[in-house]
Amino acid sequence: MKRAVTTLALAAAVAFAASAASAQSLNAIKSRGILNCGANGTLGGFGLPDAQGNWTGLDVDFCRALAAAIFNDPAKVKFVALTAKDRFTALQSGDVDVLARNTTWTSSRDTSLGLNFTAVNYYDGQGFLVRKALKVNSALELNDAAVCVQQGTTTELNLADYFRANKMKLKTVTFASADEAIKAYDSGRCDAFTTDASGLYAERLRLAKSDDHIVLPEIISKEPLGPSVRHGDDQWFDIVKWTHYAMLTAEELGVTKANVDEQMKSANPDVKRLLGTEGNYGEQLGLTKDWAYRIVKHVGNYGEVFEKNVGQGSPLKIARGVNALWTKGGLQYAPPIR
Amino acid sequence: MSIAQEGGPPKVALIYDPKVRSIAYQVVLVAIILFLAYSAVRNAADNLARAKIASGFGFWNQTAGFDISQTLIEYSAQGGTYGRAFWVGLLNTLLVAAIGIVLATIVGFMVGIARLSRNWLIGRLAGGYVELIRNVPLLLQLLFWYNAVLKALPDLRDSWTVFGNVYLNNRGFFAPYPIFGEGIGLVAAAFVLGVAGAIAFRIWARRRQERTGEQAPVGLVALALIVGLPLIAFFIAGMPATLEYPEKGRFNIRGGLEILPEFVALLIGLVLYTGAFIAEVVRAGIMAVSKGQTEAAGALGLRAGQTLKLVVIPQAMRVIIPPLTNQYLNLTKNSSLAVFVGYPDLVQIFTGTVLNQTGQAVEVVMITMAVYLTISLVTSMAMNWYNARIALVER
Repeated sequence: MKRAVTTLALAAAVAFAASAASAQSLNAIKSRGILNCGANGTLGGFGLPDAQGNWTGLDVDFCRALAAAIFNDPAKVKFVALTAKDRFTALQSGDVDVLARNTTWTSSRDTSLGLNFTAVNYYDGQGFLVRKALKVNSALELNDAAVCVQQGTTTELNLADYFRANKMKLKTVTFASADEAIKAYDSGRCDAFTTDASGLYAERLRLAKSDDHIVLPEIISKEPLGPSVRHGDDQWFDIVKWTHYAMLTAEELGVTKANVDEQMKSANPDVKRLLGTEGNYGEQLGLTKDWAYRIVKHVGNYGEVFEKNVGQGSPLKIARGVNALWTKGGLQYAPPIR
Repeated sequence: MSIAQEGGPPKVALIYDPKVRSIAYQVVLVAIILFLAYSAVRNAADNLARAKIASGFGFWNQTAGFDISQTLIEYSAQGGTYGRAFWVGLLNTLLVAAIGIVLATIVGFMVGIARLSRNWLIGRLAGGYVELIRNVPLLLQLLFWYNAVLKALPDLRDSWTVFGNVYLNNRGFFAPYPIFGEGIGLVAAAFVLGVAGAIAFRIWARRRQERTGEQAPVGLVALALIVGLPLIAFFIAGMPATLEYPEKGRFNIRGGLEILPEFVALLIGLVLYTGAFIAEVVRAGIMAVSKGQTEAAGALGLRAGQTLKLVVIPQAMRVIIPPLTNQYLNLTKNSSLAVFVGYPDLVQIFTGTVLNQTGQAVEVVMITMAVYLTISLVTSMAMNWYNARIALVER
């Protein structure tokens, strides 16, 4: 009978433990001492570990900014490389606290996957990469083409939609990861490779002869990419959202990694509220007063991060375009911190 | 208290009765397992609902909206549902598994017998093949074959072609394919009739041989019935078939029979890998038949071919079949590595794209596991039936 009792106790423990899953994310992260960040492990400019194992990229720096805001230390992040296919399951199951993996915000993902998109940290759109030798100038000439695509992305659907809408025939070859898809394209299995335009520029650099390939001018979809969190923890949702807005606000106010210490003495009330020399906006989030100071000090403002990872400071050389601040004709706009 | 009675087992209180106790333990154990299963299901459902993750099987009839490169049944991105995509994936899995099992068996038997050959070169070659293939992970082999297949084949523009109708390039293999018209039913009926006739003839021939010792040309008659009858019917019906020819477009070849390089790479990888294991099974089976059997057959005056067919193989099969079943199951399950070479099997379509789009991991993974379980159970049931049929009947 003793054994049976032990088993019963174990059963009860399992049953109760499993139902106590919705703890406060921030407290859990703090007591763990490290932030778990779901990132892309293979996309240059967004998430890619280098030869020394140092992660770089726009999404990577976003997680660093979060860690800076929480721990005052941008190194306290554990990056988990996720494929497009596995990313949502990893977030749902709690393996990662935040998913910053160039993920498109769509209504069904927002509502039925049990996650919330916080903000858009990169406005993207889907395009096509083809060989110059094909002499194709427009995606509309791709009737009957074979297209290599990565599985588990909005890309798969947009591709089918675009060809259907333009009454073109399509042969899709689907792969588990972007790596395999681009390799198959490079070996001639497909006429075109498709993904978000930012990804096309990044993948083109990895081809054997990158000058033999061009990105077609058509952008066939809206791909607002942004970090997402699990449903049901509003405080954590707010922290992630406002981390992006703090980086935008810093750029808008001209607060940079280099001048942030001087800006602490600024008389501009907007700067004072951002850096926490006035008000307690950081504490309202559950962080410290100087949360935004920490972000800018350790990681930089949005513009700096953009230029370093995907812009002029990177091999990708992507123009700001729609990702410029709203004051410069772009779409990046942060609600005021006050 | 217990009072021992004469002529029967000693009477004990119920809780000390070993029989009652063991039953009670088992009842308790089953209850605990049921409770655990129930609470796990409840918990999962609760947690999903709390996290606002969609659940249930409502997604089955929703439009899928993505394209699949190889479809054995009608499927289109706009009309196809997730349920339809499931069947497409399942059929693709079954296709590669069925062809793979047949080819792996052929490769395995040939290599297994070759390894026992007295010819030094053949024996060593077969041994080298088995050792090389068995000891390299299957996934690496698949990637190797996919890249080898793609790299070795020419571009569309430089396709290898025969008569301008059959093409081979890095997009696949394309050949004319017959489209059947009206009256093909007659041919099908003739084929069924032919098969039935051949079976009937074989039974009759065997009975006659048992009675009189006279042999009949079963193989020739069966061939005439199975091939000849449908052929005659085909001409009587006025040849109700036309060939659809593949046509070369700007980017691709459309129409006719199309075999994808992904399918070929997966098939080669699975067949060679499983074939190496089957070769070892076959070798073990043949070696298990004692030499005395062959010698006895020789003493009875049987020729070498007859010895193999009537004496060695039937006995070897008893040893071969059970581990062979394992290899068939392995091949079927290994086909789920298809996703790495871009072949649209069940795992790629269903637990890949469908799971990601619907986000319903629990349901999708459960369905997929149930499918593989069913396929495996059916395969082993068939093999067990065959095994029971050829097993040694002891009197």
